[in-house]
Amino acid sequence: MKVECINMKVLLLTFLFLMPSFCILASSNDAKMPKHEWSFGGITGTFDRASIQRGYKVYREVCSGCHSMSLLYYRDLIDIGFSEEEVKAISAEYTVQDGPNDEGEMFERPARPSDRFVSPFANEQEARMNNNGSYPPDLSVITKAKKHGADYIYNLLLGYKEPPEDYEIGEGMYYNEWKEGHQIAMAPPLDEGYVDYDDGTENTLPQLSEDVTTFLVWSAEPELEVRKKLGIKVILFFIIFGIFIYISKKRLWREIH
Amino acid sequence: MEKSPEQHKYKNSFLNWIEFRLPIVSYIEKEYKDYPMPKNCNYFWSFGALATILLVVLIVSGIFLAMNYTPHTDMAFDSVERIMRDVSYGWLLRYMHSNGSAFFFIVVYIHILRGMYYGSYKYPRELNWILGVFIYLLMMATSFLGYTLPWGQMSYWGATVITNLFSAIPLVGDGLKTWILGDYTVGNATLNRFFALHYVLPFVILGVVGLHVVAVHVHGSNNPAGIDIKSKGDTVSFFPYMIVKDTLAVCVCGVAISVIIFFGPNLMAEVDNYIPADPLVTPSHIVANWYLAPFYAILRAIPDKLGGVVLMFAAILILFVLPWLDTSKTKSCNYRPVYKWFMMLFFVNFFVLGYVGMKPAAGTYLLIARIGLVYYFVFLLILTPFIGKFEKPKKIPASISDILKDNNLSKSEHESGMH
Ligand code: HEC
Ligand code: HEM
Repeated sequence: MKVECINMKVLLLTFLFLMPSFCILASSNDAKMPKHEWSFGGITGTFDRASIQRGYKVYREVCSGCHSMSLLYYRDLIDIGFSEEEVKAISAEYTVQDGPNDEGEMFERPARPSDRFVSPFANEQEARMNNNGSYPPDLSVITKAKKHGADYIYNLLLGYKEPPEDYEIGEGMYYNEWKEGHQIAMAPPLDEGYVDYDDGTENTLPQLSEDVTTFLVWSAEPELEVRKKLGIKVILFFIIFGIFIYISKKRLWREIH
Repeated sequence: MEKSPEQHKYKNSFLNWIEFRLPIVSYIEKEYKDYPMPKNCNYFWSFGALATILLVVLIVSGIFLAMNYTPHTDMAFDSVERIMRDVSYGWLLRYMHSNGSAFFFIVVYIHILRGMYYGSYKYPRELNWILGVFIYLLMMATSFLGYTLPWGQMSYWGATVITNLFSAIPLVGDGLKTWILGDYTVGNATLNRFFALHYVLPFVILGVVGLHVVAVHVHGSNNPAGIDIKSKGDTVSFFPYMIVKDTLAVCVCGVAISVIIFFGPNLMAEVDNYIPADPLVTPSHIVANWYLAPFYAILRAIPDKLGGVVLMFAAILILFVLPWLDTSKTKSCNYRPVYKWFMMLFFVNFFVLGYVGMKPAAGTYLLIARIGLVYYFVFLLILTPFIGKFEKPKKIPASISDILKDNNLSKSEHESGMH
């Protein structure tokens, strides 16, 4: 009977642990996605603030020409180390429509820190019109919306190649090793030296890509650092409390057997 | 001075006051303190308690989410993201709720497998089992409804695919589908009613769980040997013996769920659901929630739409009559040398069905789904009645105390349970 009991246990415990891993397995891509070392990776990783700030510069000077990030507020930039004054200055560079005023007119005014990031296009139609019919997706949560998250975005930015000889590439499309189907409507957005960093960091393509990706991960998961810190506490609580309970259980049940 | 003196059962006068007017104190005492549990129950008997706790966690986190959620097609996606970014600890609420529901299914699956393996569904616990299957159905409905609420791509397309199934029903199908959706396609009317239903169904589940637990407590819990309680010596009282085990189980489950919530909160989610719903763009493949995937596999294994729908529902409904399909008097598979292996194969098969349910329905995956589908029904409809008739069970011990005596040497490993 003992052996059979263990049979059942092993089977069900495998079931318990395989179930979540199964869904991860079942949804994972077959192509090997190279992994990059991220400052925010692992159990205790935190964001590299300087990298997020540089990444924001890349977004502002390059990507924001086509991609909106409409879930972000300018005031969120304070979290990545900008001062309130700097954020005010940044937001004031954009104009938003407001109103109606007392005369019933809509009017334009400079954006404030409490405004959302201003989108480059008024709507999807205008965005498509300006991009050969393709829609540049909003980047606010893009790292959560793609398999392999940060690694995918990073590799994508570095993945532009000459197509193989027998490859038919569509009109206005570019060959990219990591995009599903290898064709992407976005021209290579970055290259060495596209953005000048103020802190003297070298502006190589891998560096620019790493910074902008870090910025995008922060944008998608601004709670990441708080989350992991709290997680360690909660798990420790369950472990320590569990050990106490385990000892009491052993004592209580000793007399039963 | 009062005429009829109130009884003084308890030291605490407040408890006496309550007890005299509503005998809930003695009820709780009877059901959750003195309730006799078979001594030999292992940690699988903690999964019912785990499920109850998870249900409460889901309800509480859900109520707080609902305070900040907007059920409108233009705003739902952003309102969920707003919860994650701007509501304090909103990300925790949301990740607890989404991962909590996945764990709820894992826990309930183990709870069901426990019931099947140890034959808990047999006389006199048939109604308890039926209520359980009913809970399972309600859970599936609730999780499907909840999945549409964030209004991402998978929400929209999942709702579209599932509600389309109803149109396969002859004659009334299309009308029924429109009635469910409140429109010809999934839209704002649909989202609104799905939210209303998703809010209410968990409370229905809570009610059915109450009945389900009352129903077990009438004849007492089953146990790994599947034999009845013969004397008081076969049991331990619920408090503190079971409570301490259940609490330990909660701690272990707490560690597992926290690892996911805090360190991989989106591992069990579909990435496409972080893209706002777009009726014009169909995702490359629409996948079911992984915990519903076995039934999705059955659905797609049949080339005919109506046939698939019928078999999918049959696969679930058939569980209601399991107590009558099983002809064996022996409850626990521990004493059923033949059936035991087919039962294990059934578990593995269910698992494999889930796996292929997440893969495209073509080629080898489709073939595996079809084999799995056949075994699912053959096991329940043919093997279960027939093996019960012909199998010779092993010798069953006279009482629970006897088993423990026999096992005296190995008991410590036996009880060490989950780890
Ligand atoms: C000239 C306009 C333009 C600029 C500048 C631009 N993009 Fe894009 N981007 C697009 C378009 C158009 C698409 C849609 C591509 C498609 O659907 O094939 C796109 C798609 C993407 C995607 C989604 C890829 C996928 O797998 O679907 C990401 C991520 C992305 N861009 C990141 C960036 C980043 C980061 C920058 C700044 C470094 C940037 N883009 C700059 C036009 C642009
Ligand atoms: C919301 C989900 C559920 C909750 C909260 C729940 C809760 C419980 C609780 C607290 C018990 C008593 C403790 C125990 O024996 O584990 C129990 C027993 C039981 N449950 Fe459930 N249950 C749920 C779903 C189900 C489902 C879906 C089924 C089967 C289809 C089921 C079948 C059973 C059976 C057969 C027993 C009796 C076990 C025995 O005495 O051996 N339950 N349940």
